[in-house]
Amino acid sequence: MWSESSVRESAARVVPVAATTKKVSPMSGFLKVEQLAKAYQADKPVFADVSFAIDQGEFVCIIGHSGCGKTTILNVLAGLDTASSGNAFMDGREISGPSLERGVVFQSHALMPWLTVRQNIAFAVKSRWPDWGKAAVNTQVEKYVALVGLSQAIDKKPSQLSGGMKQRVGIARAFSISPKMLLLDEPFGALDALTRGTIQDELMSIVRETQQTVFMITHDVDEAILLADRILLMSNGSETPTGYVPGGMAEVVVNPLPRSRTRAQLHHLDGYYDLRNHIVDFLVSRAKAH
Amino acid sequence: MKAASLNLRAAVVSLLIFVCFIGAWQLATTGPSIGGSSAGMTAEEIEYAKMMGKDPGAEKSSGFPPPIEVARASWEHLSDPFYDKGPNDKGIGIQLAHSLARVGLGFVLAMAAALPLGFLIGMSPLMQKAFNPFVQVLKPISPLAWMPLALYTLKDSDVSGIFVIFICSIWPMLINTAFGVAAVKREWLNVASTLEVNPVRKAFQVILPAAAPTILTGMRISMGIAWLVIVAAEMLVGGTGVGYFVWNEWNNLSLTNVIFAVLLIGVVGMLLDLMFAQLQKAVTYVE
Repeated sequence: MWSESSVRESAARVVPVAATTKKVSPMSGFLKVEQLAKAYQADKPVFADVSFAIDQGEFVCIIGHSGCGKTTILNVLAGLDTASSGNAFMDGREISGPSLERGVVFQSHALMPWLTVRQNIAFAVKSRWPDWGKAAVNTQVEKYVALVGLSQAIDKKPSQLSGGMKQRVGIARAFSISPKMLLLDEPFGALDALTRGTIQDELMSIVRETQQTVFMITHDVDEAILLADRILLMSNGSETPTGYVPGGMAEVVVNPLPRSRTRAQLHHLDGYYDLRNHIVDFLVSRAKAH
Repeated sequence: MKAASLNLRAAVVSLLIFVCFIGAWQLATTGPSIGGSSAGMTAEEIEYAKMMGKDPGAEKSSGFPPPIEVARASWEHLSDPFYDKGPNDKGIGIQLAHSLARVGLGFVLAMAAALPLGFLIGMSPLMQKAFNPFVQVLKPISPLAWMPLALYTLKDSDVSGIFVIFICSIWPMLINTAFGVAAVKREWLNVASTLEVNPVRKAFQVILPAAAPTILTGMRISMGIAWLVIVAAEMLVGGTGVGYFVWNEWNNLSLTNVIFAVLLIGVVGMLLDLMFAQLQKAVTYVE
């Protein structure tokens, strides 16, 4: 396991990355989240006082253990869930429900199994532009299917595709509606390491090309380091001797690695291990308790 | 290869069962005559026996027709299915058409009521709870129990027959539609929400195709029940239909025709079921 070896390494190192942690002003940014909290039991909120901002064109990953509320935050941003308190704004407008301005890639790809790849994406395109004719819809569909390299499988049903291909279709569907922002809920969680690597590369190049603003949940530290400009670290709620402490945003790590990084040379970059160790340390020792 | 040989072997066994059945039937119906012999009777005594309807010389049978006779009668019926010689003598095709029309009409009406209501119940937990007691009480009622009420209120035997079909086909469709709609995966609904799909489009393009296999299962069960019930209903209301045909031939003491009709009801029922099986296959999806 990577976590164990990294813990050993980090013990011998001073961690300078921690210095890059900064308090993000909640007043700036394209997407703003202010004092968000979610409580299923009133006295024990899952997380509280979560505030952060994302600039246009920024790629932000959020990391935390299961149950810390990452998916809830993403669902609030998607408009699929509501927070117990706090607000989220995008482009100056409060997020109060689902919107075509935010494309969502679901963890379980969420393709409709009775439709082909073409029909699945056309469903989204027609929702975005109801007035478009058949030809225009088809052009848009084929463009985005080609973007994820699935042109030869465009008329197949999802059941005939591999897990990686299905997730590519999910990504193509989210991009095809040209959203102002992309929300990805652990999109590669169910994929094997090789497939995951390829799709990460693809996602990175599409995002760079389209200057897309992205908010993504992940469990994979390397994935976060490769893709994200900033990494949000979340801690779980926990019982302490002084009482219950809700989970929340523990730290925001700015990725110091050059934006031109690729998966192949990532681990040779200066500062990669420091960054990685810092995040792993957080997950191992600090994420579960404040 | 393996599957083909299995099918072949199954067909051979089916044929064997069929032959055995026909053979047993044949044997059972051509038993020895039960009439007494005329030996030792005077001419007057024989004459007297004949007058009493106990002709000692006549070949007596059990009265149950042998298979060949049923086959001959079937051929007669099927070769001229659409003749109409008055209310008590119509071709089997006409009778069948009447039954199918009643079943079809009752079924379509039930569909028109059950699908929207099923959608409502499936989508709203409140409606689910509110409707549940009524469904639970009405569902187990034999459709024929409604017949007197239907005849009294609708005042028409034909319409009553259709009503009985309606009332018996509605429950499986309603329950399956509600269940199928309630069980549509959250993620597909989420996709529809994030794409701001309007409720009508969501109902027809997401929920309906997602629930279609379950709904079709309900329709298939309903059709099976409707076909069972129509025969009984037509025996009660009379006039036309295969059910009436069976009853009429029983009154004519023509067991040959009754057996023919019974077989025909089975075959038509099977065809109806096959039809729905095909529809079901068409809407089923693999996840």
